[in-house]
Amino acid sequence: MKIKNIIITFISAIALVLSSASISLAKVVGDKIILGAAVSLTGKYSTNGEHTKNGYNFAVERINSMGGVKVGGKTYKFDIIYYDDESNSGRAAQLAERLIKQDGVQYMLGPYSSGLTKAIAPVTEENKIPMVEANGASRSLFTKGYKYLFAVLSAANQYLEVAIDLAVEKNGGNPVKIAMAFEQDAFSQDVRIGVVEAAKRTGSKIIIDDKLPKELNDMAATLAKVKATKPDVLVVSGHSKGALTAIRQIAEMKVDVKMLAMTHCDASKLAKQHGKNSEYALCAAQWHKSLSYKDEFFGDGMQYDKEFKAQFGYAPPYQAAESSAALLVWKDAFERANSLDKDKVRDALSKTEMQTFYGNIKFSPAGQNIAKPMVLFQVRCEGDKCENKVVAPTKWAAAKLVHPIPKWSER
Amino acid sequence: MDLLIFQAPILMVQASLDGILLGILFALIAYGMALQWGVMNIINIAQGELVIVGGYIAYFMYKAGVHPGFGIIVSPIIMYFVGWGLYKLVINKVVDRDLFISILATFGISILTQQLMNFIFGSDVVVAQSNFGTTMFFDGMVTLPNAKIFAAIVSIAFAIGLVIYMRKSKLGRAIRATAQNARAAKIMGVNTEKVYAATFGINAALCGVAGSLIAITFTLHPYVGLPYTVRSFMIVIIAGLGNLPGVAISGMGLGVFEEFADYILGTEFRIGSVFMLLVLILVYRRFKLSRKREYLK
Repeated sequence: MKIKNIIITFISAIALVLSSASISLAKVVGDKIILGAAVSLTGKYSTNGEHTKNGYNFAVERINSMGGVKVGGKTYKFDIIYYDDESNSGRAAQLAERLIKQDGVQYMLGPYSSGLTKAIAPVTEENKIPMVEANGASRSLFTKGYKYLFAVLSAANQYLEVAIDLAVEKNGGNPVKIAMAFEQDAFSQDVRIGVVEAAKRTGSKIIIDDKLPKELNDMAATLAKVKATKPDVLVVSGHSKGALTAIRQIAEMKVDVKMLAMTHCDASKLAKQHGKNSEYALCAAQWHKSLSYKDEFFGDGMQYDKEFKAQFGYAPPYQAAESSAALLVWKDAFERANSLDKDKVRDALSKTEMQTFYGNIKFSPAGQNIAKPMVLFQVRCEGDKCENKVVAPTKWAAAKLVHPIPKWSER
Repeated sequence: MDLLIFQAPILMVQASLDGILLGILFALIAYGMALQWGVMNIINIAQGELVIVGGYIAYFMYKAGVHPGFGIIVSPIIMYFVGWGLYKLVINKVVDRDLFISILATFGISILTQQLMNFIFGSDVVVAQSNFGTTMFFDGMVTLPNAKIFAAIVSIAFAIGLVIYMRKSKLGRAIRATAQNARAAKIMGVNTEKVYAATFGINAALCGVAGSLIAITFTLHPYVGLPYTVRSFMIVIIAGLGNLPGVAISGMGLGVFEEFADYILGTEFRIGSVFMLLVLILVYRRFKLSRKREYLK
């Protein structure tokens, strides 16, 4: 009986300690600033969710080992609470709620993908919790008047605008004929809006405007139309599936266009999976390792690439790079606010103006990063080895744009 | 833009050929579904997932340096046993039950397979390269990827082979007998349990063939199985159960219809118009059936 009592007392003591610990797991514990993130570790976004998590962790370790965050004369270290949102937007919103209400998190990091960021943003906004996100590019995130959302990446509509400008420039400043095929999802349709705006601005004509259903993995009809109408530019965006399908069928059908502009070339490992067939495809990306931006934590892109590879065993895609950049933004904001108060930090975030290895960061009132242009690279092959080479903006161009694309009969 | 197909009649040739090749591939998947639906009275929601698993087998052969075309031999063999195992594990418990129960069970298998594929193969979209090249007609205006021609020939060969097998072999006769009347077949000494397992295995094997063809003609991803399930379901509905030539014809017809809908209405209406057609056909069937009942009265 006595032993039983002792055991019960012991267990309840432990429970008490644990429960008080979980309550005080709030914003700052000891010398730790706790950030919260719901990231897709399972489900259809799991690959990119993993990149996001690795990017966050890489930056946390780096910042902590290089002296941490100095606020009010005290040094803090970053720590992140992760939950798996299962690539499901309902789950993501629930987890954001849990991070804020149960775990007491006061500072949030974004999930992977525009859709999940859209699901979380209303929750963080309602609770007035600042969130720095690195993987939600949808334009609609920045039109709702959110005050606590900050995105380090360029918005989706900026992805392929540059390509249209480039095509017009190569056409001697004259308008071009554009054929486009976009998947029917939030992100791809945002990219489409950007292209439509660029077409309007340059007086270019859109002659094919196909919307691809999500379930579709056959673009033969669209490409046959392209073949018959001979546009100057073909624009395709439909995540990895769209990029891989387009290249496969363009090669099979021998579709000749002067310029082929796409998204998700790096996410789909286009150059590796399709090899020579993907050559000359022009791709929009948020970041490329050869850009010459610098910061004190990671050095430049090349150095980030090398060190990330050493730690995680694969070359960092831009999803990892932008995730790391989000942590640099948090550190900078905490130090400028010189406070742990979430509203003061939020104000500091809104005044961010800095350079990171990932690019310049400055937020518009809507929380959009307006200081960083998109990068365009072109797939180029030497022998059987194909690589992405930056061709625009010209300041960082590592290779010259090949335009027009050689005909299939001449390759 | 909508009238492009009439301005350039050559596109009609392209659309018809693309549609027929696509339809033959779908018909193969539908063929398996019709078989096990007819024999076991089970609607297999996991049909598309079986296709994708079959595709991944071909993809991993390609990764290991073997030409993915050989997937059409390896994949059905592996998939036969996968199907057989699935029957022994789950399907045998729902085979005599309500149709609703079997839909629920196969729906569960479908979700589980998706997640397992995602866990094991990763969520990247992958393709296998056949390097078969392209056949061109009319000065390059009409192109047919040889991979798709290969897919069509293989599908037809497997379909014909199966028809002959069903007619001539002992197991084939047993399967047909079970489909007609399971109870009577049992009394006559047919081991229906074995027949069911074999039928499900054959269905999975056909999915394996189709999957390895999809690996070289389209793309693979753990979550793209559903469109194949839906498409084969529709083909079977239109053709009617036990009507194997009908499956081939409705498969090709749907393929061509889809391509033309794409050219005339636009890509965004492609899948929608196929569903529209399904509704029309079902309404028409009902109408015909009710007229027949009138006569009987």
